[in-house]
Amino acid sequence: MHSPPLIELTKSRVREFIREPEAVFWVFAFPLLLTLALGFAFRSKPPDRIPIAVAAGPHAKEWTAALAKSPALMVRMLTPEQARDQLRTGKISLLIEGDTQPVYRFDPTRPDSRTARVEADDALQRAAGRRDVIAAKEVRVSEQGSRYIDFLVPGLLGMNLMGTGMWGVGFPIVNARMKKLLKRLIATPMRKSDYLLAQFFSRLTFLVGEVMFLIVFAWLVFNVSVHGSLITFAILCLIGGFAFSGIGLLVASRAATIEAVSGMMNLVMVPMWICSGVFFSYERFPDAAKPFIRALPLTALNDSLRAVMNDGAGWVQIAAPVGVLVVWGAVCFALALRVFKWQ
Amino acid sequence: MTEAAIHCRDLRKYYPDVKAVDGLDLYIARGECFGLLGPNGAGKTTTIEILEGLTPADSGEVEVLGLRWTKRARELRERIGISLQETQFTDKLTVFETLTLFRSFYREGRDPDDLMRALSLDEKRNSRVGKLSGGQKQRLAVACALVGQPDILFLDEPTTGLDPQSRLQLWEVITRFRAGGGTVLLTTHYMDEAERLCDRIAIIDHGKTIALGTPAELIAKLDAPNIIEFTSEPPVEAEMFANLCDGYHGCAKRGNGWQLRVDSLAEAVPKLIAVVEKSGSKLVTLTTHAATLEDLFVALTGRELRDA
Repeated sequence: MHSPPLIELTKSRVREFIREPEAVFWVFAFPLLLTLALGFAFRSKPPDRIPIAVAAGPHAKEWTAALAKSPALMVRMLTPEQARDQLRTGKISLLIEGDTQPVYRFDPTRPDSRTARVEADDALQRAAGRRDVIAAKEVRVSEQGSRYIDFLVPGLLGMNLMGTGMWGVGFPIVNARMKKLLKRLIATPMRKSDYLLAQFFSRLTFLVGEVMFLIVFAWLVFNVSVHGSLITFAILCLIGGFAFSGIGLLVASRAATIEAVSGMMNLVMVPMWICSGVFFSYERFPDAAKPFIRALPLTALNDSLRAVMNDGAGWVQIAAPVGVLVVWGAVCFALALRVFKWQ
Repeated sequence: MTEAAIHCRDLRKYYPDVKAVDGLDLYIARGECFGLLGPNGAGKTTTIEILEGLTPADSGEVEVLGLRWTKRARELRERIGISLQETQFTDKLTVFETLTLFRSFYREGRDPDDLMRALSLDEKRNSRVGKLSGGQKQRLAVACALVGQPDILFLDEPTTGLDPQSRLQLWEVITRFRAGGGTVLLTTHYMDEAERLCDRIAIIDHGKTIALGTPAELIAKLDAPNIIEFTSEPPVEAEMFANLCDGYHGCAKRGNGWQLRVDSLAEAVPKLIAVVEKSGSKLVTLTTHAATLEDLFVALTGRELRDA
């Protein structure tokens, strides 16, 4: 009894991949390290304290002690000359002088200074015994889904799906062409479509592991979670994998050497790393460029991943970018089949 | 005439810089082992790849097992087995996995384990292809060609670069395949391989057949059954042995010495020694042997097979 060629071809490709430690590293470990590094670099920090100073005077010590209790301020005591100097050069945002009552010296056009003025006055008034007339409550907003890491993880996931999709399909094909293995394969009754489909299926096998790995990691370490439906999310990842495998197949369809295919891959991928909103939003690009940017497959994938992960979007909301992905994948696959060079 | 396994007429394939195949006719009977013999660049590989349906010919007709590549390619693929000149299988797969993969392409075929035993690869069953020796890789290539239980086996330079023991092992595999009724078409630039394995041989040069027949017939085409090769110091000129003796049929330059074709060694050798000594030259080496296909090639083209 023997199994169908499509299954054998897929198994072969999966085996080849998992027996290549470098490939496993780039697909699984590298995105995690990147997420970790960027996640820590841009983690949410409490707002910086605003530097202010109290000029030496009769009440200076007392005021300084009161101001030090404010979590928004970082207070120092300076000589009047030093203090004036530092205010002028912007090293402090507010200077408190005065012999009997506090005199706030600041530049009202600076938002920091205005905040410091309010915070400092509040701290001094409370220290002097003022009580709040109305009891107010605070709710601090730092919701999941609005932090930088929440923006970053879908972008990295999209970038990773692009990179591994294109490399995972393109590299082994060019390698097999160089080794004349493709020629040997078409000397058998193997269906050409089976070979190309096996590249897709094996790719989708890795994709499941790759996505789960990154998502579980981001959830455990950064508390990033998928707000939308997990099934929608999973199918979206498969569509993304399909689109980029198609592009990878097309890029590799005629390349005769690894160097040639590497150059072409970079030519395709680098503009998308920059334009497609992986690390920062493409909203900063000029309006005229946006329709083109949105037509890029990575932009479409990133937008729909963010919509599902952060905003809990469903298929209706992401129909447009998903359509873009499907068209890219289908057109590239069809073109690749036509121009593919087996020898 | 027995039924043809392979039949081609007036095959031509021109590349911009070379006429790789230039009007070739071949008829290979079922059950026959046929050899394409020729130097590198003679057009052997292009010819065999046209017959294998991998390279389209510019013109000419090809029938394999009575079928045309243009119409019945898939059926033909089921019935032939191919070993290309330079296939590298995936290094990361094992011998068994590679054979199982190839087995899956054929509707009918041989069990990979049986085949590994038959080709002495069973000890390497679970070794990665990347770890195999040259001879083992070549046996794997032949195993992949045999796994679909083909009627015709195409082997392009199956033993090039192999050590003598590996060559012998492969020859035995080919002999066993033939014993089962299979047809073999192989290319080689080793005469001993062609003489030993092939029923008939076509000697190819510049894309054309320059001699065709059984090994014995081809050797008989040489005007003389014996060959003398010698070198001398200083070298001598060809005119010196022009009237050497009755059974002298001609000479060809080999390296910095000469190759002479003669009927009788007993008559020619003493006379040659005398002539060389008389010229004031000294013999450095002198060897004799019964004529081979190599000598035929030298006689036909003035060049040697291996480095022509």
